[in-house]
Amino acid sequence: MTVAIVFALLVVGSVVFSLVSPWWFTPLASNWGTIDTTLIITFMITGVVFCALVLFMAYSMFRFRHREGIRAGYEPESGKLELWLTGLTSVGIAAMLAPGLVVWKDYVTVPPDAATVEVMGQQWGWAFRFPGADGVLGAVDPMRIDADNPFGLNPDDPHGGDDVLVEGGEVRLPVGKPVKLLLRSVDVLHDFYVPQFRAKMDLVPGMVTYFWFTPTVTGNFEILCAELCGVGHSAMRGTVVVVEPDAHQPWLDEYPTFAQAVRDTALAEAVRQGNSMNQ
Amino acid sequence: MAQTAIPTGTYDDTDHDEDLGDGHHEPRSFITKYIWSQDHKVIAIQYSITAMAVGLIALVLSWLMRMQIGFPGSLPFIDPERYLQFVTMHGMIMVVYLLTALFLGGFGNYLIPLMIGARDMVFPYVNMLSYWVYLLAVLVLVASFFVPGGPTGAGWTLYPPQAILPGTAGRDWGIILMLVSLIIFVVAFTMGGLNYVTTILQARTRGMTMMRLPLTVWGIFVATILGLLAFPALFVSGLMMLLDRVLLTSFFMPTITSLGERLSYGGGSPLLFQHLFWFFGHPEVYIVALPGFGIVSDLISTHARKNIFGYRMMVWALLAIGVLSFVVWAHHMYVSGMNPYFGFFFATTTLIIAVPTALKVYNWVLTLWQADIHFTVPMLFSLAFILTFVSGGMSGLFLGNVVVDVPLSDTYFVVAHFHMVMGVAPVLVIFGAIYHWFPKVTGRMLNDALGKFHFWVTFLGTYAIFFPMHYLGFVGIPRRYHDFEGIAFIPDSARELNAFITVAALVVGAAQLVFLFNMAWSGFRGRPAGSNPWNATTLEWQTPETPPGHGNWGPRQPVVYRWAYDYSVPDAEQDFLPQNYPRPAGDGLNPEAPPEQGGLLR
Amino acid sequence: MTIFGTLAAKPWLESGSGEFPPSGRLRIPTGRLGLIFFLIVISVLFVLLGTAYVMRMGFGDWVPLDEPPVLWLNTLALVLSSAAFQGAWIGVRRNRPAGATAGLYAGGLFAALFLAGQLVAWRQLDGLGYYVASNPANTFFYLLSALHGLHLLGGMAAWGRAAARLRHAGSAAELRPAVELCALYWHFLLVVWLALFGLLLADNGGADAVLQPLPHGMH
Ligand code: HEM
Ligand SMILES: [Cu+2]
Ligand SMILES: [Cu+2]
Repeated sequence: MTVAIVFALLVVGSVVFSLVSPWWFTPLASNWGTIDTTLIITFMITGVVFCALVLFMAYSMFRFRHREGIRAGYEPESGKLELWLTGLTSVGIAAMLAPGLVVWKDYVTVPPDAATVEVMGQQWGWAFRFPGADGVLGAVDPMRIDADNPFGLNPDDPHGGDDVLVEGGEVRLPVGKPVKLLLRSVDVLHDFYVPQFRAKMDLVPGMVTYFWFTPTVTGNFEILCAELCGVGHSAMRGTVVVVEPDAHQPWLDEYPTFAQAVRDTALAEAVRQGNSMNQ
Repeated sequence: MAQTAIPTGTYDDTDHDEDLGDGHHEPRSFITKYIWSQDHKVIAIQYSITAMAVGLIALVLSWLMRMQIGFPGSLPFIDPERYLQFVTMHGMIMVVYLLTALFLGGFGNYLIPLMIGARDMVFPYVNMLSYWVYLLAVLVLVASFFVPGGPTGAGWTLYPPQAILPGTAGRDWGIILMLVSLIIFVVAFTMGGLNYVTTILQARTRGMTMMRLPLTVWGIFVATILGLLAFPALFVSGLMMLLDRVLLTSFFMPTITSLGERLSYGGGSPLLFQHLFWFFGHPEVYIVALPGFGIVSDLISTHARKNIFGYRMMVWALLAIGVLSFVVWAHHMYVSGMNPYFGFFFATTTLIIAVPTALKVYNWVLTLWQADIHFTVPMLFSLAFILTFVSGGMSGLFLGNVVVDVPLSDTYFVVAHFHMVMGVAPVLVIFGAIYHWFPKVTGRMLNDALGKFHFWVTFLGTYAIFFPMHYLGFVGIPRRYHDFEGIAFIPDSARELNAFITVAALVVGAAQLVFLFNMAWSGFRGRPAGSNPWNATTLEWQTPETPPGHGNWGPRQPVVYRWAYDYSVPDAEQDFLPQNYPRPAGDGLNPEAPPEQGGLLR
Repeated sequence: MTIFGTLAAKPWLESGSGEFPPSGRLRIPTGRLGLIFFLIVISVLFVLLGTAYVMRMGFGDWVPLDEPPVLWLNTLALVLSSAAFQGAWIGVRRNRPAGATAGLYAGGLFAALFLAGQLVAWRQLDGLGYYVASNPANTFFYLLSALHGLHLLGGMAAWGRAAARLRHAGSAAELRPAVELCALYWHFLLVVWLALFGLLLADNGGADAVLQPLPHGMH
């Protein structure tokens, strides 16, 4: 009895909570509004089903509570009813899945004009590499990673010398331009996660993963790590600053290219040789 | 509930359980009776007590974590390292050492032979070994709290490379003990599991066809098969990681520069581990869910005095879920960096598995229609299970629908989801089941008032903990975080909500102590239960003695004449007919059994 | 009745004497059914390892190892062992105690030879510098052969029990269940070994792994 009423109240309470609670999506700052839309479709369908099922239960519990002298019915099954329920459920499922798959297609299809930026994670901080004047990221090899060459660039690759290395955890991206992030890790799994962009992806040592998005709002956004990476996991922060397109290049120019960064080391000679072979 | 005159069932003259091997002589000494026992009921109790004891550790760990999240810094010894150790041990203990062990080692052991009318498991000696090996696994696991560096803090998923590298707590000893313990656990589980499936197939009593089995047995049966097929993946991945850690092989380890130092590893793939782990990990979710599904079906039917609606559909759905659960594992890896095109396949299979799952829910709910519902404590827990499970199932549709998972993965939405669906829901079933079967196990009823108190606090409390947590996930708050210091996008109100959740968690935890007290007290002082206090149909309630004696059935095993759900049969005098109650008079009380006909599998 | 027929039954209509099965069980001895389930579990174990083997092979750093020729001899020993167990099985079935005894002893002997031979193979590989951790091909060889050997060792324990009982057994029929189970287990482990050996010999191809990095590769 009481429990029937409590069930009904829980439904009402849950709906009210959803409507009035201050906890909802952090405002979007990328093109991935479609993800939010799919989420809301899912939320609506599942919400309605949840409420309907629990209210039906509450009603049955109230109506068929034990009373002296009344016996339960005897109905082993009803094929027709079960068929209908299967059908309706399948329709609901399809209504959620179809938009999901359509948006996923977008998620895995990088627009051809997307700029490429590499994100490098290590315990516990972020670094970035831009392809430089030639627009191509130089080849890397994890065996070459060390203090002088934190990205493990291969000095023999002529594309590498002009790569711009951005350490310090802050990266700037031009607003309105699609960007494809190539993700690498020096040590363990990490995950590049900016809540306002919605998109995220793991960084996996030994391979290069990617995802893409278009920043749509200027401002500062925090980068969090969303894959457990050791004791510093919750402190692994960085910043994406989304700027007007013409403010981007001047900022990038402040950072050294690979060739400049290694000027003072033994690697430098190798880099120069690599570049001259190209000319 | 009033004790009505019970229709008496029939029992077989001959003991046809000829397969029972050695060790089936009545145990005499205290040791062979209660410790080194081969009796499935004793083993079940040993399993249950051990599982609940480690479960208590996991519960205390959850309090500690919640204190840190709700009131950061209030317990200064919880530094990031410790926090992650607590997360890991809490998760692993709850999933493997509590739920799996309690459902299969505890309930499976106790109920299978009784419900199918057998005298014991078919391999009682192996069954006994299974418990002792499980205990060894638990001891190794617990030992990791006491080794230098403490237990591993790698998360219950134990993802390499992190799990075995410096920078993660417990990488020296904790992780080794964890892996060894898991490997031992798999051995223990396999010994038990082989017993459960073989017993269900071979030791059913006369008349107990497969389709007359109570759904509890079906749930345990399918879950055990899943376990037997899935646990080898855990075994293999654990063993390989152990080699990577100890012998420096490179199964899962690529070239790595760890904290400034180049390691000797090279060429391995962290994703290979994830595939193996989730090939185990997803079926594992169903290994703890399916026995719960089965048990709850029987509880609802018994306490609503009505047959379970759509029995055949329930069995088919269990089987369908079992099969499908092996082709959805990569839904845990949508943002892991695996080939993104896998997302299409795994999102589709994952949402398809929702259909049989939904059917089960419909059938539970439809069983209530036109029922005669007694709101006993087991029934209350069962109803609460349905609500909680529906809630968790709904959030599962978010996470299975690949693109919706992208923003939500690794946030508190995931924490809320899996706690609802595989944390709280199975635990509610376990409570319901304990209130239901405690009278059979001990001969005494649990106290009703304490039971209702326990129910209300646990049900409403867990809802208060985990329902709002979904919304923290919508905000985007990441999981496995020691603190949220200086994260600007998190509103202050979220911190208040976290404090509220923590208070609720402490209250729920405290209520479990009431439950423990109730068990201890009622075990000695509770009202005597009689043999069938709920007027249930299934065979375990028809034993000649309560608690059942050694060999369960006295001189003669029961004979089964009907399915497990003959409640409120029209024209019958009682509102229940036990499975061994013969067909109404006129048809002959002792049907002669046609020799050796019927089939391969009945 | 097929499995589907069983599952389609409507149990609530069956409450009667007419279709009354004598007993629920399958027509297969319980011990053998238990063993079959166990063999399925072991198969899953080795299939998963085999899958991991093929995937790992594709990651580029795989250097196939030279299988030491003694492995061929070991294989022969295992085949003979299996055959001897088959002989013992036939012996107990036809109630020929002498044949059963001889088969059982020979089977155990050849199995022990196999295990000793595997140790020799390990030592030879180690001597040639194929260390466990120096290449994944080596690691897999050691891991797979060790796991297989451990399973055989477990079988030897069961064999030991059967052989011990042999002395006291009044008739061959008494031994039948134990011998049957041993024979089945031995055949199974032979098949597993042949599959593993095939995998080890065929590792020069380098299968395209499903887990290869994304199409981009390293830049
Ligand atoms: C009232 C009871 C419970 C409370 C208050 C609770 C609380 C928590 C908390 C605070 C976390 C860590 C969240 C994070 O930082 O990411 C956690 C993780 C977890 N819990 Fe619970 N929990 C409870 C019951 C359970 C139960 C019954 C299960 C059984 C399945 C369970 C399974 C897990 C798992 C698997 C994790 C994830 C561990 C990881 O991230 O590696 N919990 N729980
Ligand atoms: Cu991290
Ligand atoms: Cu899953």
